[in-house]
Amino acid sequence: MPENPVESKPDDAMGAIAAPPRRSEWRRFVRVFFGRKLYLIGFIIVAIIVFTAIFAPLLTSYNPEKNDLPARLQTPNAEHWLGTDQMGRDILCRIIYGTRVSLIIGFSAVFASTIAGTIMGLAAAHYGGWVFAVIMRVADVLMALPAIILMMLIAGMLKGGGIWIVVFALGFGGIAPMCRMMCGQALSVKQNDYVMAARAVGMSNWRIMWTQIFPNAYPPLIVGLTMGIGGVVLGEAGLSFLGIGVQAPTPSWGGMVMDGQRFLLTNPLLSLMPGLAIMLLVFGFNMVGDGVRDAIDPRLRGVI
Amino acid sequence: MTAYIIRRIIIGMFILILVTMLVFLLVRLLPGDPVMRYMANFTGTGQQNVMTPEQHDAMMVRLGLDRPIPVQYWDWISKIFQGDLGESLGVQQPISKLIADVLPRTAYIGFWMFVVGTFGGLFVGIYCALRRGTWLDNTLTTIANIGMTVPVFWLGILLIYFFSFKLGWFPMYGWVNPWDDFWKSCTYIVLPVASVALGGVAGMARLTRSCMLEVMRTDYVRTAWAKGLRERVIVIRHQLKNAMIPVVTSLGGTLAMILGGSVFIETVFSIPGMGRLMTTAIFDYDYQVVQASALIFGGIVIFSNLAVDIAWGWLDPRIRYG
Repeated sequence: MPENPVESKPDDAMGAIAAPPRRSEWRRFVRVFFGRKLYLIGFIIVAIIVFTAIFAPLLTSYNPEKNDLPARLQTPNAEHWLGTDQMGRDILCRIIYGTRVSLIIGFSAVFASTIAGTIMGLAAAHYGGWVFAVIMRVADVLMALPAIILMMLIAGMLKGGGIWIVVFALGFGGIAPMCRMMCGQALSVKQNDYVMAARAVGMSNWRIMWTQIFPNAYPPLIVGLTMGIGGVVLGEAGLSFLGIGVQAPTPSWGGMVMDGQRFLLTNPLLSLMPGLAIMLLVFGFNMVGDGVRDAIDPRLRGVI
Repeated sequence: MTAYIIRRIIIGMFILILVTMLVFLLVRLLPGDPVMRYMANFTGTGQQNVMTPEQHDAMMVRLGLDRPIPVQYWDWISKIFQGDLGESLGVQQPISKLIADVLPRTAYIGFWMFVVGTFGGLFVGIYCALRRGTWLDNTLTTIANIGMTVPVFWLGILLIYFFSFKLGWFPMYGWVNPWDDFWKSCTYIVLPVASVALGGVAGMARLTRSCMLEVMRTDYVRTAWAKGLRERVIVIRHQLKNAMIPVVTSLGGTLAMILGGSVFIETVFSIPGMGRLMTTAIFDYDYQVVQASALIFGGIVIFSNLAVDIAWGWLDPRIRYG
């Protein structure tokens, strides 16, 4: 899974700028987000993919998991627009249902790692001392293994499970970056006077964490969340491609690429089309993530 | 400087030891009985109860799995420091020998992926930053954005289809050792290296471009222009040197990405390297090999991060004393 090296850096000025009225902020968001063609394209792609996932049964009349051996390995024709695989299943149908698998895994894993990472990061930044040291060393260790190796280790040792094992592996792999980002963010927010004021009026640590620090540290979280979905979908596709992710007959794009590689010379679409779907989805979410970042980054206020 | 290096090395060692614990615990604590799973897989029946309880216990004792986990860990780690990584269940060979066979291959293609990805990305990124807004910048930036999203394994398959099958320029898959037949081996590694390097180029180009653009807005660059320096001097001395700080710190991450990508590419192109070793071991439930290869991957990343840290502490004094 390629990691995105372009991260928004911790921003010292973030909390210091007085928040402008909510309405103009929202308008700015819309203007920036829909103002650039690339972001708009990304948004449309994401919208189409979500739509496809929800209305999958209406878009195709085939069953993605039912074998039809007499019709196997057909090239594209009027009945099967993209042809059929080695079990006679319609490729287009499996790609359409594959959106569901990808999105369910993508969203669940990203939410899981976000929740865990946020709590760890906030706790580390807020309590400092040995809590900080322990949590950050754990994050260091998790980051020391290449993400895909960590996921392979978990998914591989729990092999044979359904999609929730894949979600667990991917979510586990995403905790450390999230935790680091949240911690850096919270550390800079903590410097602000209103946090000291909250402490002065006797707020509990827990309350300060959630009512003062978290709301001011969450913008990069949203960006990380959107970008994270693309990364997780790539990770899921990768695991399934290696055969330790989502298992057949559940339609998974990565698994389809793997299955299709054997028939590359006769039926190239078998493995090339699902890969295209992965790319579109990841591209869409990355662009939406970029757009959200530009739209909510206070440093860019006035620039765009 | 010496104090800085020593401090870095100690931190690196500490992380490495924690990684051994993580790998060990992940493999041991996840549910599942390694012996049962291994045997079920070995006999190919999928049944887990092909052994009598006595045979099963004997196997556990033979593998040392009946002892408490801390004892097992201590046993494992102390053997590692003696260069003994254990024995593979599947092929009945010392793991250190298996790894010594496959690691040079992964290191060799990894080296080329790293070189092509880093220098290609730097070149593209610098060019785009200097000529920003031109059609070539827009095209390259869009390609980089797309390049970040392409699954490595899919790109490999696509390249095989067009360059090996349609055009017949390169062999479809396989591996030739460069120390056996250098030119032949080159034809074999072009496509694998290209598939992984594209992602590297894309990421590196995006980062370089944005860092260069950030530096361009600084006061010292404006001063340099005002002084009437030549463009080349400004770009190389003033912009590039400062823009490189985040780029160089990202090199460790790039290497991790390339290692991850090589796992897929070794599967696509049937290259018998580290990634293949680990994938096959996972399929065979050969937990000793899985453990050892994950550790090797972690070790490579930790040592390269260490190297980056030391190199950069040397180049940028602010980091050394920060």
